[in-house]
Amino acid sequence: MTSRRSRLNRGESLTGYAFIAPNMVLLTVFVLVPLGWAVVISFQQTNGFGAGRFVGFDNYTRLATDPVFWRSTVNTVLFTVIVTPVSMAIGLGIAVLLNSVLPARGVFRSIMIVPMAISGVATALIGVLVFDQDTGILDKLIRSVGLPAVNWQSGGTAAFASVLIVTLWWRVGFNMLIYLAGLQGINLELYEAARLDGASWWQRFRYLTVPLVGPSSFFLLILNVVYSFQVFDLVFVMTGGGPENATSVLVTYAYDNGFVTGDQGYAAAIGMFLLALSLLFTLVRWRTSRTRDLVE
Amino acid sequence: MSASASTAVKQDAGPRSTRRRGRAGYLARLALAIVIAAVIIFPLYWMVVVALSSRADLLSGDLRLWPRAFTTENFDRVLSSFPVATWFGNSVAISLVVALISVTVSLLAGYAFAQLRFRGSNWLFLLALSTLMLPVQVIMVPLFRLVSNAHLYGTYWAVILPTAASAFGVFLSRQFILAIPRDLIDAARIDGAGQLQVFTKIVLPLSKPLIAVLFFMSLLQTWNDFAWPLIALKQNELFTLPIGLLYLQGQFGSDYGATMAFALLNVGPMVLLFLVFQRYFVQGFARSGIR
Repeated sequence: MTSRRSRLNRGESLTGYAFIAPNMVLLTVFVLVPLGWAVVISFQQTNGFGAGRFVGFDNYTRLATDPVFWRSTVNTVLFTVIVTPVSMAIGLGIAVLLNSVLPARGVFRSIMIVPMAISGVATALIGVLVFDQDTGILDKLIRSVGLPAVNWQSGGTAAFASVLIVTLWWRVGFNMLIYLAGLQGINLELYEAARLDGASWWQRFRYLTVPLVGPSSFFLLILNVVYSFQVFDLVFVMTGGGPENATSVLVTYAYDNGFVTGDQGYAAAIGMFLLALSLLFTLVRWRTSRTRDLVE
Repeated sequence: MSASASTAVKQDAGPRSTRRRGRAGYLARLALAIVIAAVIIFPLYWMVVVALSSRADLLSGDLRLWPRAFTTENFDRVLSSFPVATWFGNSVAISLVVALISVTVSLLAGYAFAQLRFRGSNWLFLLALSTLMLPVQVIMVPLFRLVSNAHLYGTYWAVILPTAASAFGVFLSRQFILAIPRDLIDAARIDGAGQLQVFTKIVLPLSKPLIAVLFFMSLLQTWNDFAWPLIALKQNELFTLPIGLLYLQGQFGSDYGATMAFALLNVGPMVLLFLVFQRYFVQGFARSGIR
């Protein structure tokens, strides 16, 4: 009996490896090997795509004194700490709203998630169209109600704000969708009981809804941070990192170095820094919430 | 949630005042929903309006939310200046091939990680999942060299192969297939079904919604993908729609009519598909154990 079972298990093992093989081969060749290679390149000085020359930690020490790099780091972090909580809060608010009794609830829900289907480039170009400081509809509206015009392109802060607003427009639907799924899993009797105990609307929201959608929040926290670290399309197309690097983020700065100025070793070093930042986040997340593992 | 709030309030306190309060809350919620929906819809509406407006209309300084006259001149200008049909075909071809590969590979791996016992499976699953955290910009330089050395640069495969494995697809597949009772699989095994048969005869038929979700999500992602195709597709005739869109914007500058006309060609088909496939999409998220 035991020998038969172990034979079965060996067959199962082999099948397991065979079934994951296609995925693992693609992953190894197109992600893991390039990742190892990127580590090597980050220690090289390169000129275009020719073979590099090893320069030790030169690229990394250069990072420390590069103001554009620091600006990009600050912008990436700022973008993350704004977009993550705000898109989650708005997403939860809309989810609660669209989980209540409303006519045409399905239509409203569909409308909220439509931006998810739109490409980053198209979203960014719609953003450029709407936020154009000379001909954009938004500034025409702002001026028509007597408010001063906003320099969405030439002002650093305004440009950053415009990228944030477009990002929220694009991302809120996804947050709402996940929260809606979370809300629908909640046992309504809990609300009944809280109401009998005299809990107000806000108390029920604060002490029932928020904790009960905890797993959704945890999942969204991770996905929003991952997204924010990687925000490329919107920034690249809307502002190109400008004006004067006011909207430059790590991924756009890495791209500029790798494929515009051709300084590939330096671009790889920026990539490594971004990776370290992601790992740091993962570590903090792991430490703070061991109990809620995404996997199990 | 606030739905049940309003109904229950009706039951306890005095009937008239609370009914009025419930009614007011209902109208306030409806108004709020309409406002939010308008904010989401307006940029899309505006894209369509600009795409259908004449140049003179767009250049005039006054505020108008409706074009003076509809025109297709923007579409004519775009279609006559750029190989739009080729780009559209590229997008369709690349998206379909990536989606097919991605679905296949994710299902196989997801089944193995969910139902088969083998050494290192947890560790390998985490490894596959961790690539979700990795921005393409971290590996773009060596990946570009790899693709060039393998003589893939200048072909569709330069985009297809590096994007075909999906960490999210594997995750979603595993979560879904975990819900298939192990007994069902064991019973089939005892009846003499081979592993591949179990997969094709039991797992696949039960995974139809999953397959729809995986296929559509991969299609959406590839159709809209930008960062890697920007690097991997250098020749004009290989461009996908997002890359073509950026190229067109570079050529036409602030000719918003033309840009928006072309953006509509990129956005329109996917929004339509999205609305049709929405059920699977939402279902997929809800069933992936994300709650």
